[in-house]
Amino acid sequence: TTPAIKSSNNQRIEKILIANRGEIACRIIRTAKRLGLRTVAVYSDADRDSLHVKSADEAFRIGPPPARLSYLNSSAIIEVANKSGAQAIHPGYGFLSESADFAQLCEDENLLFIGPPASAIRDMGDKSASKRIMGAAGVPLVPGYHGDEQDIDFMKLEADKIGYPILIKPTHGGGGKGMRIVQSPNEFADSFLGAQREAAASFGISTILLEKYITKPRHIEVQIFGDKQGNVIHLYERDCSVQRRHQKIIEEAPAPNVSSDFRSHLGQAAVSAAKWSGQGILGLGHCVLGCEQSEDQPQVLFSIATPHLTSPPLCLKAVNYHSAGTVEFIVDTQSGQFHFMEMNTRLQVEHPVTEMIVGQDLVEWQIRVANGEPLPLTQSEVPFSGHAFEARIYAENVPKGFLPATGVLHHYCPVTATSTVRVETGVEEGDTVSMHYDPMIAKLVVWGQDRLSALIKMKDCLSKFQVAGLPTNIDFIIKLASHRAFQNGEVETHFIERYKDDLFIDGSNSISAEKAESAAKHAASIVAACICQNELATLKDKAPGGLHLWYGNPPFRINHFAKRTVDLEWENQYSISGSNLLTVSITYLPDGKYLVETGESNSPGLEIQVTQLSNNDYRVEVDGLSLNVCLAAYSKVTPYISGPYLQAVLGPWHTY
Amino acid sequence: QCLIPWRMYPTTLISTRNSSIGILHDTLDRNSDSYTRNSKVMDELVSQLHSHILKVMEGGGPEAVKRHRSRNKLLPRERIDRLIDPGSSFLELCQLAGHELYQESLPSGGIVIGIGTIHKRLCMLVANDPTVKGGSYFPITVKKHLRAQEIAAQCKLPCIYLVDSGGAFLPKQAEVFPDKENFGRIFYNQAVMSSEGIPQIALVLGSCTAGGAYIPAMADESVMVKGNGTIFLAGPPLVKAATGEEVSAEDLGGATVHCKTSGVSDYFAHDELHALAIGRDIVKNLHMAGGPEVSGQTRADYKEPLYDVKELRTIAPTDLKQPFDVRSIIARILDGSEFDEFKKLYGTTLVTGFGRICGQPVGILGNNGILFMESAQKGAHFIELCTQRNIPLIFLQNITGFMVGSKSEASGIAKAGAKMVMAVSCAKVPKITVVIGGSFGAGNYAMCGRAYSPNFMFFWPNARISVMGGPQAAGVLAQVERATKKKRGIQWTKEEEEKFKAEVVEAYDREGSPYYATSRLWDDGIIDPADTRRMLSLCISATLNRGPEATKYGVFRM
Repeated sequence: TTPAIKSSNNQRIEKILIANRGEIACRIIRTAKRLGLRTVAVYSDADRDSLHVKSADEAFRIGPPPARLSYLNSSAIIEVANKSGAQAIHPGYGFLSESADFAQLCEDENLLFIGPPASAIRDMGDKSASKRIMGAAGVPLVPGYHGDEQDIDFMKLEADKIGYPILIKPTHGGGGKGMRIVQSPNEFADSFLGAQREAAASFGISTILLEKYITKPRHIEVQIFGDKQGNVIHLYERDCSVQRRHQKIIEEAPAPNVSSDFRSHLGQAAVSAAKWSGQGILGLGHCVLGCEQSEDQPQVLFSIATPHLTSPPLCLKAVNYHSAGTVEFIVDTQSGQFHFMEMNTRLQVEHPVTEMIVGQDLVEWQIRVANGEPLPLTQSEVPFSGHAFEARIYAENVPKGFLPATGVLHHYCPVTATSTVRVETGVEEGDTVSMHYDPMIAKLVVWGQDRLSALIKMKDCLSKFQVAGLPTNIDFIIKLASHRAFQNGEVETHFIERYKDDLFIDGSNSISAEKAESAAKHAASIVAACICQNELATLKDKAPGGLHLWYGNPPFRINHFAKRTVDLEWENQYSISGSNLLTVSITYLPDGKYLVETGESNSPGLEIQVTQLSNNDYRVEVDGLSLNVCLAAYSKVTPYISGPYLQAVLGPWHTY
Repeated sequence: QCLIPWRMYPTTLISTRNSSIGILHDTLDRNSDSYTRNSKVMDELVSQLHSHILKVMEGGGPEAVKRHRSRNKLLPRERIDRLIDPGSSFLELCQLAGHELYQESLPSGGIVIGIGTIHKRLCMLVANDPTVKGGSYFPITVKKHLRAQEIAAQCKLPCIYLVDSGGAFLPKQAEVFPDKENFGRIFYNQAVMSSEGIPQIALVLGSCTAGGAYIPAMADESVMVKGNGTIFLAGPPLVKAATGEEVSAEDLGGATVHCKTSGVSDYFAHDELHALAIGRDIVKNLHMAGGPEVSGQTRADYKEPLYDVKELRTIAPTDLKQPFDVRSIIARILDGSEFDEFKKLYGTTLVTGFGRICGQPVGILGNNGILFMESAQKGAHFIELCTQRNIPLIFLQNITGFMVGSKSEASGIAKAGAKMVMAVSCAKVPKITVVIGGSFGAGNYAMCGRAYSPNFMFFWPNARISVMGGPQAAGVLAQVERATKKKRGIQWTKEEEEKFKAEVVEAYDREGSPYYATSRLWDDGIIDPADTRRMLSLCISATLNRGPEATKYGVFRM
């Protein structure tokens, strides 16, 4: 019952070039392989040995590590596509995914760009233009001013009209650069000039827009999908409110605490936004005239009077939006109203949560749409079941303001994937998280029958997600996911800021500092015992001939027990220096037991029994508690100590 | 009692019977009075031993240790622990040297010695304890240092000297300095061992003054710690006295001077841990051709003894007159309690046979009573077998001596004993002696006493050593004394004689104690009987570091 293919170039994709890296490249390759398509990876010098290169059928070098010389180097990528004989290019997200020029270049080179038409990318990329179009399409906007007139006095008048607080935002760029919140009229001038300066410095364009600042907003976005036949449907919404540094860390679908009425309104608004997004103004005029395209297109006929209307309203030839897209809305939790924020003309990082609740593979959809096939489902056929979460696991330093971290992933053991647990990752143990690219290590996606069961599952998976060698945000996400307000679905954009006292460690809190110290000592004791066990096993294995006798357990001493001290580095978040040395003294007792003392005269020390299960895994018995410990051993060059550097991962996770 | 397993595990036993006929039976009667008595007494002896050890582990006492630590220095055993492979075994020797030997206490004789592995290579470690009399050399310190070198030379073990010593203890210079086996012998040994290709490495972690300066100077390679390590023939006070020159210790003989200017030392270490790490690296880079000699006979998969080794504490008699079967000890030392006995029915007072200790083949000689002509000849025969086959010998010594009397003399017991002594003396296979009971008279010689250079020799805490038993000596001496007195016409009352005898017995008792022996280094240490197997396994492993050697005997009197 496959509908007849109405492909413009009557050619099916057989080989795809993935113009990306990391987990998204791996994820696209996986789907392509399932569909029997050959894959071509591209890589920079920094990624020579990375997973996406190994996963693809072919891989080509495109340049040195800096992205602008490799993954952003359109001509190199196009060259590889032509050389390899790929018919299509999937840009993933980031890099060239939202470059209209690149999409255009593909078109010119007769390569299929797996994504929307270049015009849609261009229009939606310009935040001002996209808002104008959406406003014209009747999609609700945040009250504001998006015009070209940038005179400060004029802008001030506009601001007064909108009402304070006001958000000042550059029309180009992102990442929060140049954004200012103005609480009252007298702050306006300073903020405005500052924003202008910063925008000019960062993006080269200093155009500013004004918006009403919503104090308790939620970030809800709708996944839409279009085909080349003009069909556009939505695949429900995602809530991505919880963010840090203007970047999302936990996303979920569907949005919590949302009525089904609201959901369908939102979906419809997104679909109409998508339909209009392709009908750009391309500088031909400053107004848009809706026109009848097909029976399910909005029957809205309107025009906007703008001050610079120089030509009569034009009825443009419609360019249909196709492929995946996301329409982002800002929801005012106080008024319950939603407003269009922007539209992303690509597959989003968080698309898996949608996939989990609708049971579809969006990359497959993208490929099919690019092939000219119609959407596999109509709006009413889209399934909707359960709840999904995505946690983004980053190499970052949470206490230092989520500063990205770099280094080697010495130990990496993500949770096992099942039908309800997905781990999207682009790295392997031993890989380097470099400064050149996004420090995301993996995305953990879980599905549950309802929100709470999905949340429980996510916390469990996170606690078993093992990364050593780099600081990560795993602990932080667990803390976040365990927060009462999060569990109640009281998500909003300022969530982390609002609950920062609960989520971050307060260095001046002596009670919790003491607690953390005793917990750290307990953990250090266990780790020390495992280290001893591990050392003995390794040495014994490698000892030549009869020398293995010298590595027996316990180590032999005449008339006394062997004793040693181990210095462990503790990343103490309560201490100013960040790390403390914990010195533990270990006495080797018979039968794989260790007496571990942490140097306090009043504590009797812990008697710990260790059984090594496999290379990294241990079963530890202490004080009647039996638990699994994973010990990651890796080499780290330190001035005096040549030998393995060990970092331990304890499980079940100790929540300090 | 061996029928029960037949009924319970017929198949197991059949297969065991097929694989070895030599499994020793458990003959220990756990309900006997002697079992209870022995365990009680031995437990006391072992805990007494442990408390003595605990004391010497503290070094020169809390004050000295505190002073030492304040200079960023580790204690000698801590230094050793960081030098050897982490978590590996360390065979410390002569722990109780100097025990109650001098007026002043001298824990471990002021020096810690022992064998450990560094980068999987066996090494002899010699560490001064500067918390004990500033690490200076008492006579016993010198003897212990020389003992370490002797073992190293015998087993071809690289020597690592952790030097932190003020040199000879001047008040006792006459016993330390001039003689053959005195201070100078240390450097002689270093030179000779170096010439034989046995690496000599010095880590200068503290002072090396006067004669001590030669330890690093004679070493193949040496490391010095900035600040703490100094080498000079004369310290600043002596220099000032001699020449009037005023100079600091660091400028006179610190690491910078010796690593940069004089070339007395080779490696500059920033601190003690750095020095120890360099020491490990030096051993790693030895690359001695062929690597450690490893006996191809050693099996990695060995069985533990069938019987609890802890029961060794209850077997050895604390009353030496009480007989026991040495096989019950052998059963707790050998792998799988498998002992293939040689000449089981002949000369039964000496038990001889083959087995393995932690996979390493051994020949065992154990006393089961006094030595007769037959038992001595059997011993000589068995030693010849082992030397032919390069099998290490273990002597389990519990001997009151050779049989005396006219019948015995006429049978040529002296000749038989001489054969065994000849065999023991000339045997070039590793020899290890454990005194598990008495060690008296010529029995000590035939059973490889200290004079016969066993590679290692240990005492159990219940052991006794003397030329003869105290009461026997008292009897003999009383007879002589009475005869002398009679000649002079002096009356000797019964009480006086008893008092005389008691004094002799008391003196023999004191001097026959294993503590008296170990304090003077007549052995390499007192061990807990329960540690015997593990101890022996490590000793054998150390002796195997040297390749096999051919044995050549002298003239056997036939």
